[in-house]
Amino acid sequence: MARIWKFGDSVNTDDILPGKFAPFMAGEDVFQTFAFHYIRPEFAAEVRPGDVLIGGRNWGLGSSREYAPQALKKLQVGGIVAPSFARIHYRNLLNLGIPAFEYDLTGLLEDGAEVSLDVPTGVLTHAGGTVQLPPPPEFLREALAEGSILAFFKKHGRFPGEPA
Amino acid sequence: MGRMTNPTPRPQTMAEKILSRRGTHTVYAGDLAVVEVDQVMVVDSIAQSFIQRMQQDLGATPKYPERVSIVIDHVAPASTVSVAQAQKEAREYAAQTGVRLFDVGRGICHQVLMEEGLARPGWIVLGSDSHSTTYGAVAAFGSGMGATDIALAAASGKTWLKVPDSVKVTFSGDLRPGVTAKDVALEMIRRLGADGATYQSIEMHAGDRFTRGERMTLANLCVEAGAKAGLVVPGGEILTAYGYDIPEWVYPDAGATYVQSIEIDLAALNPRMSAPSEVDNVFDVAQLREELRDQHVDQVFIGTCTNGRIEDLHAAADVLRGRRVAPGTRLLVIPASSQVMEDAMADGTLLTLQRAGAVLGTPGCGPCMGRHQGVLAPGEVCVSTSNRNFIGRMGDKDARIYLASPAVAAATAVMGRVALPEDVLTQGEVA
Repeated sequence: MARIWKFGDSVNTDDILPGKFAPFMAGEDVFQTFAFHYIRPEFAAEVRPGDVLIGGRNWGLGSSREYAPQALKKLQVGGIVAPSFARIHYRNLLNLGIPAFEYDLTGLLEDGAEVSLDVPTGVLTHAGGTVQLPPPPEFLREALAEGSILAFFKKHGRFPGEPA
Repeated sequence: MGRMTNPTPRPQTMAEKILSRRGTHTVYAGDLAVVEVDQVMVVDSIAQSFIQRMQQDLGATPKYPERVSIVIDHVAPASTVSVAQAQKEAREYAAQTGVRLFDVGRGICHQVLMEEGLARPGWIVLGSDSHSTTYGAVAAFGSGMGATDIALAAASGKTWLKVPDSVKVTFSGDLRPGVTAKDVALEMIRRLGADGATYQSIEMHAGDRFTRGERMTLANLCVEAGAKAGLVVPGGEILTAYGYDIPEWVYPDAGATYVQSIEIDLAALNPRMSAPSEVDNVFDVAQLREELRDQHVDQVFIGTCTNGRIEDLHAAADVLRGRRVAPGTRLLVIPASSQVMEDAMADGTLLTLQRAGAVLGTPGCGPCMGRHQGVLAPGEVCVSTSNRNFIGRMGDKDARIYLASPAVAAATAVMGRVALPEDVLTQGEVA
């Protein structure tokens, strides 16, 4: 089972990874240990692979720093569920292959709740039942079918939806 | 001119027009578009990731090296060996591939690209920095993206995006003395909220108001309302500066569709300040001055891509001329570029600031994101002309950051507590 890490509204990119711990400052091998350093200092040490982060509106506002979601990927976060995401961060999450679902679970689940998340179907199972999370936007599915946008571009030499 | 306008079946916003013209067909909000990118900007913080995406993940070189610029500004000069190494790799990459490099001291990416003519009306400019909305000051579709998107744009010469809905902001009246573009931008963010324009373009109708620098401040802060782009309809100084380089098709059509329209009466606006720790937590400076009258301000920072331009330094110097920074308060001034620094040197502005007790820094981002050159200790209070006041942004998590205009920041430096320019100017010169 995965554990829920519950956050509030407006979790910004400095919350996710403060700028001073960017990989080119803190080191490529250790920067992820500073994820949520100020707002949940125990996070990096205690998070387990597959754990699911849930938050309120406007998750990921602020910087374009891709190393913020990269830190979560290195910690093997299983997915992020929030009712709305800031746009640069949302692109970064999907570009890195971190599942991001636009849905509000904060009223349903508490911090530490045990869940399982089936990413391909978007079904989240918790002690009280299941939730069907919305699928990623249709235009992204073509890219995700190849694994990532980078893999898609490398294989096809074009963007999804662009005429060959 | 002489260029035919593109006939379209229905009226378009500026964002729709630019993305249609730079893409393959006419598009509207909600459509997906693959568009040509005129300039791709890479900053030092993500240079290593960018190079890795290019070389290892894509096995590619920049398709048009002349359309790629690397700027070393976020930690410049380097503060540690690992930063120095990252910047060394960026220089080597630029030398190998022929992309432009703007090295330590040239200035902040957005200011530099604008000065170098690498953002022009009707262009699409992508930067690996969220404040790339700044280019909207000259009617360029500027947008921030992460390292992967930036690498894809450099490799292909294109990008892939959803055409944004637009919010129309109309300005009426004229600013009163002491009220600035920063106050206008903070008011816009207060009205829209930090996610009020997420995925959207903010289209600003300003007539002939605002200089290019002021328009940069307005467009720069649009990302703090979540916007993908912040476009100012060309007028005034932009018409003089860019003239025939402004394509007729860049202007929005009458009758274009907006998801929201707001009007800001400039004549009614007072100086604004954003209190910790969200940018849309905006108040009248007069109110905060009252609430914080016993609060010592430890540091004042004037600079950044938001407010480090020559007009900003002039505004600060006008308040500081013949006065001294308060005991126990540090005033850091970091010009946005080497050009700004040179101009401020030539006209005596830097001397005025230095005599008032300012500490002058190398053009670049400075302590804005808490990496070097003036980070904050626990419990310290900073009034800054920058763009974010998040927890821990400029140093310790228990430091507090208030965002304001250069004039308010300078007055605060003199008083050692939150102040308005009039509080200082009515005292007369003391030195």
